[in-house]
Amino acid sequence: MATPPITEEELVARYGPHLNQAPAGGWDAGIDADREVKTHCCFCGQQCGIILKVKDDQVVGFEPWYEFPFNEGKLCPKGVKRYLQNAHPDRLLEPLERDPSSPDGFRQVTWEHALDRTVSEIQRIQQAYGKDSFAMLSGVSLDNEKSYLIGKFARLALGTANLDYNGRLCMVSAGVANKRALGIDRASNPWADIPLADVVFIAGANVAECAPITTSYVWRARDRGAKLIVADPRVTPLARTADLFLGLRPGTDSALFGTMLHVLVERDWLDHDFIRDHTEGFEAAAQAVREYTPKWGETVTGVPAARIEQAAEWWGTSATGMLMHARGIEHHTKGVENVWAAINLGLATGKYGKPGCGVTTITGQGNGQGGREHGHKCDQLPGNRDITNPEHREYIASVWGCDVDEIPGKGLTAEEIVEAIHRGEIKGLLSICFNPVVSLPDTTFTKEALDKLEFYAVIDFFLAETAFHADVVLPGSLHEEDEGTSTTVEGRVVKLNASKPPPGNARIDWHILLDIARRLGRGKYFDFESAEDIFNELRVASKGGSADYYGITWDRIESELGVFWPCPSPDHPGTPRLFEGGRFYTENGRGKFMPVSYRPPAEVVDDEYPVWLTTGRVISQYLSGTQTRRIGPLVAQYPEPLCEIHPKLAASLGIEDGDVVRVTSRRGSMTLPAKVVTTIRPDTVFIPYHWAGRRAANQLTNRALDPLSKIPEYKVSAVRVERAGPAGTPVVDARDMDLHTEPGT
Amino acid sequence: MTAVPVSIGVKRTPATRPIAGALGNSMFVIDQSRCIGCRACVQACEECGTHRGNSMIHVDEVDRFQSTQTTVMVCMHCEDPTCAEVCPADAIKQNEDGIVQSSLKPRCIGCSNCVLACPFGVPKYLSAFDQMMKCDMCYDRTSVGQKPMCASVCPSQALWFGTPEEFEATRTGTLVNEWWFGNQYVSTKVRTVADEPGPVDVLGGAGERPWQDDPFGIEEGVA
Repeated sequence: MATPPITEEELVARYGPHLNQAPAGGWDAGIDADREVKTHCCFCGQQCGIILKVKDDQVVGFEPWYEFPFNEGKLCPKGVKRYLQNAHPDRLLEPLERDPSSPDGFRQVTWEHALDRTVSEIQRIQQAYGKDSFAMLSGVSLDNEKSYLIGKFARLALGTANLDYNGRLCMVSAGVANKRALGIDRASNPWADIPLADVVFIAGANVAECAPITTSYVWRARDRGAKLIVADPRVTPLARTADLFLGLRPGTDSALFGTMLHVLVERDWLDHDFIRDHTEGFEAAAQAVREYTPKWGETVTGVPAARIEQAAEWWGTSATGMLMHARGIEHHTKGVENVWAAINLGLATGKYGKPGCGVTTITGQGNGQGGREHGHKCDQLPGNRDITNPEHREYIASVWGCDVDEIPGKGLTAEEIVEAIHRGEIKGLLSICFNPVVSLPDTTFTKEALDKLEFYAVIDFFLAETAFHADVVLPGSLHEEDEGTSTTVEGRVVKLNASKPPPGNARIDWHILLDIARRLGRGKYFDFESAEDIFNELRVASKGGSADYYGITWDRIESELGVFWPCPSPDHPGTPRLFEGGRFYTENGRGKFMPVSYRPPAEVVDDEYPVWLTTGRVISQYLSGTQTRRIGPLVAQYPEPLCEIHPKLAASLGIEDGDVVRVTSRRGSMTLPAKVVTTIRPDTVFIPYHWAGRRAANQLTNRALDPLSKIPEYKVSAVRVERAGPAGTPVVDARDMDLHTEPGT
Repeated sequence: MTAVPVSIGVKRTPATRPIAGALGNSMFVIDQSRCIGCRACVQACEECGTHRGNSMIHVDEVDRFQSTQTTVMVCMHCEDPTCAEVCPADAIKQNEDGIVQSSLKPRCIGCSNCVLACPFGVPKYLSAFDQMMKCDMCYDRTSVGQKPMCASVCPSQALWFGTPEEFEATRTGTLVNEWWFGNQYVSTKVRTVADEPGPVDVLGGAGERPWQDDPFGIEEGVA
């Protein structure tokens, strides 16, 4: 029974998000902290080094960690204020069980009861409907140890094929494309290569807001005289400073890259030696873009032909260059093709494996890199092995000490799991670190699906909106309450250190999983005393895989301030830059050109829905906002979603800045204030997606998936925009007004 | 080029002050062109125990309708601070090393003369404290050899702290620390970066980045 026990409004009133405004013990607490802990930020894939100040077992502030080489003390506002998730009034301190008769919607229960209930429901559902009828959803804010453990837990404790993770909404398009074209799924370069590039091409990445520290690397390149090209439907804060801006229509990235490849071929701005010695498939890729003249490119992308030619010239004639992309090109039904089209530009000009040369995704989530390598995905085993490959299965079975047949086969991806729940095929769910009610497209559909579950258990530290549907809530741990490792945007494995124990009766996440495994009678596979034990098993399990961590130890990470994988042996220095000498990780060692023909997005504008909608992030919020919507000073910075709209489009609809507008798609409708700006295409509106309920942008977005990566097409929907009321219509809820408190309180 | 003329007036000779002092050989530099408006500086400034949850930094959107450009302002630490000169209570003190402090609590009468007089718009009157407070370049940090907090965290390094040699080796632009406001000459400890020396062309348009005049090719009929 997984319907919310009381109304959403009542649940929000009880469980938040409420706002934490000041550190535990007041603003002076950080002045004489008990101890300082060197660790990393809990938010994005940059994984900036940070020192947390701890007093009386609470994190009360931070200090820049100048010695950590990636960020040298730099932090974004989220990193600065992250500590305010500590000592938070919304923190879950006791296990909860759904209870519609309680005014709180849930009643406190003992751990004994919560775990017994969870295990008996897992067993009941699996006996009645089969092993795969119980699914697990996870997330990559979890460290490598937990990501690895969950892969093993789902397969050997639950025995289900249906485990997937929220990286399915983030890095998977790049993951599939990288693995097939280059044989490995990791950033091509350490970020120290960015300043060595003569041209930096940022495509579909709002670097200043979503990977803020990367801005300083781009600026270091520009200080050397590098050209900056930005492709985006919006003039983002970094795009403002670009030498060349390609303001493309949403969903036309592969047409833009294809046109650039066409120009490179036409003008012979190619590295023929590199193509001959280190690649394959060039002819087919060139053939695919034969018709993609600049004029054609202009028609499809909406970018003036001369600018596309200029971009091709700078990319093709510069000795060094880095092409960096993110969700802007990856959140598409052709996300994989878009990345292949970008890779083609790198292969054609020999921009791989040299200082200042590379094509790389900017991984979004905190452990988006490491969390996508060690069995967290429905089709994967540790070391980025393939769960359908008999040799890979044999090896992992030997590490796990199980019969190979005990490892289930390939399961469903995240959105497919929700669709299978909606169809009634999956009856039970355990989730951790994933808030699909906010983060999956088509919110109404996701909620309908969750309502149909016979049993839903959640491990989390706050009661996120998805957990409103839970039967059992198991209070887990914050990032700063456990130790482990994560792998950064660069592929650098770093050490996370614990600052404090979990409060109340909350417990460390992996302890909870081990307890469930034991109660399921599978404890023999989970004989771990410490997180380091888990990491040491991960090392062995990854050995020989494409993501090889065998040579990395916690001690090495601490003493070397991170180690880049692949690192196959303890005496191996790690691999900061991939593909040196033009050696790729494919079977024949060649980088594969992939022929990419442009095709339109799943949904296109028409008379009924004439405006493109694209979604994204703002600097002060992170993903579904479970943490950042609870931190007062971050909420104050951008309290509610705004609909960015060009004055030309606004005027045609009678909309003025600040007016409330109604945005409607085939999935749903929402009202929010308009932000009239010239920095967005006149045929497109933008809404950030961090909010829940009636403020959720994903009420509008489309569940269409990339056929290979199964990533949803968040970046392109067709919508109708109307004026719904004048400025000042209250859309900010009362909790946001709490911000105006006296300083120091 | 529409140049803003440099005002003409009597140039006062600034008092001689030690260059080094608490900051050693280091200097504070603002490069507005690099500001991405993230407000990491504001959030970090609030963390200081001496002004408890209040930021002393100003981050403003220039014209959000037209641009994502933001500006960031810390105290410029004038050699002859106007705020101190206009203070009727003699509450604003300058250290030997040139750092201009927040008002002294026992002296400040909350009149806001300094708020109105500062040519850079830096001081804030905080009613909750009934006192003027402003950036003191993290004197608690800089006086013991640490970098100011805002320049430590700034992701784009629009706020930068280091030695002239480090600046020369790694950054571009001309450093400016002399200003004319009408007839008033001001020399500041904090420097800002200009593209080139001399008068600033504030209405000069997109210059080297012609796309900025028409980001989406609307005039070309493309978008």
